[in-house]
Amino acid sequence: MSEFLQLFFSGLTVGAVYALVALGFTLIYNASDVVNFAQGEFVMLGGMVTVFASAAGIPLPVAALIAVSVAVAVGLLLYWLAIAPARGASAVSIIIITIGASILLKGAAQIAFDKQFHRLPAFSGDAPIDVLGASIQSQSFWVLGGTATAVLILYVFLEKTLVGKAVLATSASRLAARLVGINTATIMALAFGGSAAIGAIAGILVTPITLTSYDVGTMMALKGFAAAMLGGMGNPLGAVVGGLLLGLLETLGAGYVSSTYKDGFAFVMILVILFAMPQGLLGRRTVDRV
Amino acid sequence: MTALLNNRYAIVAALAVVIAILPFTFPSSYYLRVASLVWVSAFASIGLNVLMGKAGQVSLGHAAFFGIGAYSTAIGPAHLGLPSWASLVIGACVSGLLAYLVGRPILRLKGHYLAIATLGFGVLVALVITTESRWTGGPDGMPVAKLTVFGWRIGTAYAWYWLSGAFLLLGAWIALNLDDTPTGRALLALHDSEVAARVVGIDVAGLKLRAFVIAAVYASIAGSLLAMMNGFVNPDLAGFQHSVELVTMVVLGGLGSIVGSIVGAAVLVVLPQALTVFQEYENLMLGFIIIVAMVFMRDGIVPMASKLIASAR
Amino acid sequence: MLAVKNIGISFGALKAIDDVSFSASAGQILTVIGPNGAGKTTLFNVISGVYVASHGSVELGGEDVTSLGPDALAARGLSRTFQNLQIFQRMTVVQNVMVGRHLKERRNLFADLLRLPSVGRQNRETREAALQLLDEVGLRDKADVLAGDLSYGGCKRLEIARALATGPRVLLLDEPAAGCNAVETEDIDRLICRVADKGIAVVLVEHDMKLVMKISHRILVLDRGRFLAEGTPAEVRANPVVHQAYLGNRGAKEVQGA
Repeated sequence: MSEFLQLFFSGLTVGAVYALVALGFTLIYNASDVVNFAQGEFVMLGGMVTVFASAAGIPLPVAALIAVSVAVAVGLLLYWLAIAPARGASAVSIIIITIGASILLKGAAQIAFDKQFHRLPAFSGDAPIDVLGASIQSQSFWVLGGTATAVLILYVFLEKTLVGKAVLATSASRLAARLVGINTATIMALAFGGSAAIGAIAGILVTPITLTSYDVGTMMALKGFAAAMLGGMGNPLGAVVGGLLLGLLETLGAGYVSSTYKDGFAFVMILVILFAMPQGLLGRRTVDRV
Repeated sequence: MTALLNNRYAIVAALAVVIAILPFTFPSSYYLRVASLVWVSAFASIGLNVLMGKAGQVSLGHAAFFGIGAYSTAIGPAHLGLPSWASLVIGACVSGLLAYLVGRPILRLKGHYLAIATLGFGVLVALVITTESRWTGGPDGMPVAKLTVFGWRIGTAYAWYWLSGAFLLLGAWIALNLDDTPTGRALLALHDSEVAARVVGIDVAGLKLRAFVIAAVYASIAGSLLAMMNGFVNPDLAGFQHSVELVTMVVLGGLGSIVGSIVGAAVLVVLPQALTVFQEYENLMLGFIIIVAMVFMRDGIVPMASKLIASAR
Repeated sequence: MLAVKNIGISFGALKAIDDVSFSASAGQILTVIGPNGAGKTTLFNVISGVYVASHGSVELGGEDVTSLGPDALAARGLSRTFQNLQIFQRMTVVQNVMVGRHLKERRNLFADLLRLPSVGRQNRETREAALQLLDEVGLRDKADVLAGDLSYGGCKRLEIARALATGPRVLLLDEPAAGCNAVETEDIDRLICRVADKGIAVVLVEHDMKLVMKISHRILVLDRGRFLAEGTPAEVRANPVVHQAYLGNRGAKEVQGA
């Protein structure tokens, strides 16, 4: 039982990170129909910038703030320099652009930082916390709490603020949003900046547990994308559920079935789900109109 | 010029001339090696173009088949005592069969869902290759036996240049043959309107599957050739980034254009070689090339060039 | 030839088609009319296998084909056109029609990949047959034009030619005259009559009442997915239920004036 609980908690922790990445995917996808494969690089930037800033003697909270700002700047640049000029290109072309951006950011990080693994100290010490016989890393609570807070803030922003409602309107229909006077280009930039911030936060929270390096972004993006798909592309709640499920599945699979194929469970599951219900768990069924 | 780009005899003849003349302009055998790399990549890219450009279906996991081809020529001689050429054939059969099996459920999906499913499939194959180290040497890869055909050992840069060039000619010829045949027309039709294609009696699922199998076999053969040429394989050949490079070759050269696939392969192989004085900058350059190409040459190099030439008249 | 029995389809809670039956016989033109949202195009989508019926059955020449997809139906002699044009834009006009001959062609992937001589021979035969059909719809002179460059009316006729190329026993035409001017409409109307004269069962969805009243042998009236009336043009014109429930006052005048 305590072993299960232990796995369960670390699954939730990893899942929370996937959920944040998936949420970032969803935010951009809803505002612009872009599937942003560079999403994982925001996670990498969040972790790496914090590591290097705090190694330079900057206090952790400030370093984290710097990291988020850097990620947001990169997100906005990505939108203005690569996505906006490509307006009207096919979905596949835009996917390739974002993959190109991901490779570019990875390449830039390997030059600006280095190719080593780095870690951050846990925010509130390394002493594990005992829960029903299972010893849980204290950082797990930071990750879970941080994720919950980020989801809550995003929810309040989308539902309660005028700008948030403009984002929702843009995702429902870009044309209609423009007709009522919403500047959809600004909204899309906002989505890129916002999801960069979410990704960076995920990276900062998880680095004390999983370590970080210049190339953690690709797998993170793939898993996050998988989680978003699992929940049904474009559904923020689905993204969170999909992320948590994926994290649990992966960790329990690694614990009970095979740890060498840990990264494989996510993709096997995705294929199974896509074959069985091609619209994801919480997605809507659509009918082609002809 | 534009008429030439549409005539398959002219294309193959021109390609043959280029392949024959190029070595005389090379100052060193390093260039032969780069050119052979281009031919092999172009071979894979042509196959993928049948799937992407003709049938209109994306595969973000195509390096999986490339990897299967590569590892079959590594594992066949090393573990099973098979000759290299037989391993190439077996690899192509395995790839084709695997494509046939996974293709049916995967190709039912559309758009982003198709992208993630092919991507997931590719990652899984790469993961198996990395993990089953008893057979594959794991993350470090393994050496590949030299190719011997009728007791004749193919090892020099020249030999590989001609062999890969010959394969490219054959691959281009077969892909070009498809245009204006019942299968080729049906593929184009399916790309433009799936529902209309079905209404005239085209078995859309079966047709997509055929294109997928063709693309897989091309990639597998290219993988085998590269493995034997390099004398070494590692899991990166089957990895996600390699899949992306293959897709980029196709889109950059021009969807549906066989010549485009060769041009796309040339750009993606030669540019990083030319620009990476320092190994460190390889990813940076690759990412940059991809973004610039996709933003500014959206229709692909060859279709854009032929449009320019047509409008200049 | 075509018998539709108690067919129905729902999307969620919406019953788009509810318990509709009719039959179409060889050489006859049956027209389905009804206000927007009556379910005419949905009915076509169900019959042609694009959507799967929730209940009821479709029979083609006595064979139950309810669960078959569009490609299997095409092989059994049912073809259709689309209201919102589904032409193959990047192919030439004649190639579009050649695709329509797909089922008539011998198809062998390896012969195609190697371009055996038989492929070339067959291509010439297919092209010849396609050109003849283009003659029939009046597009012969546009044979080698890119289909995407055709006029709207031209596209409509191209779709008919492509559907005819499959050699159908039943042909479903979804608003063939929509967006056409008076001259084009008259061409289409003659074309449809010629098609029926060949012994093909034609089922038509059309808004142009003048055309409908002129060429239809029978008319089926739908309203909000339900059967409202069926009969000859004269019967439908005289039917007060059709007038009031469906056509309204202005529409009624239109029908009587036609």
